[in-house]
Amino acid sequence: MIDWMHFTPQSALSGGLIIGFATALLWLLNGRIAGISGIAAAALTSVGAERQWRLAFVLGLVLSSWVWLMLAPLPEVVVTSNYQLLALAGLLVGFGARLGSGCTSGHGICGLSRLSGRSLVATVTFMTVAMGTVFVVRHVV
Amino acid sequence: MRKNWFLSASAFICGLLFGLGLLMAGMANPAKVLGFLDIAGLWDPSLALVMVGGIVVAFIAFTISKKMPQSLLQTKFNWPDATAITRPLLIGSTLFGLGWGLVGLCPGPALVLAGSGAIEGLIFVVFMLIGFRLADVVQARLS
Repeated sequence: MIDWMHFTPQSALSGGLIIGFATALLWLLNGRIAGISGIAAAALTSVGAERQWRLAFVLGLVLSSWVWLMLAPLPEVVVTSNYQLLALAGLLVGFGARLGSGCTSGHGICGLSRLSGRSLVATVTFMTVAMGTVFVVRHVV
Repeated sequence: MRKNWFLSASAFICGLLFGLGLLMAGMANPAKVLGFLDIAGLWDPSLALVMVGGIVVAFIAFTISKKMPQSLLQTKFNWPDATAITRPLLIGSTLFGLGWGLVGLCPGPALVLAGSGAIEGLIFVVFMLIGFRLADVVQARLS
């Protein structure tokens, strides 16, 4: 059943367009794929100019909520998970995204819009597993 | 040197925009992400529209770039060249999906949340960075 109370088509679509615009800019200006896990991981391991632009990108991402705060109050954030679960999930997300060469942005947005079959397989895999996980946590356990 | 400065300035703006988009879209709110992933419960389809919006604009950029000799800041386009469906791709994506489904956070939103000073985001990001390193170590062992 659709949750019409929480359905926010306008902000979701506008947000998506902005994300797409940021992805388009990084590609057209820098020739780089806006895959967050790849950029953040290599920001720590690469050197010189290869590291510099990645650190700059991550810095922009990290500071975005402060720029938002200059214009409007931050949107609602509700985290119900405890610290142990956050740590475990962080480890799984980091390890999995790196091993699988990408996450929601690299495979989900960039890969799908490049019509990459490999990214389609990755996206269908993590979407299915994530939905299955939520199903088990909310409706089975 | 000058060129690297431009590339970094542009990357900074892109990261900033990307984060603002995530905040606008509701992706930085784990409760909203879990509402999207909960297809058997009360389903909030909003995030499907985030994907649609993102993909449409990115698709246009990738298509345009095929007719360009190099990027606007004069670098080569770094087209990903891997096409094979490998075991690391499948195992990695599965583990990523598991972690994403457990708390509703993926790397971009986690960095935005951590940046806002939220302790939940900071914990997640620290362990995510450890996960990146572990995967690099495992990958190096395998190859």
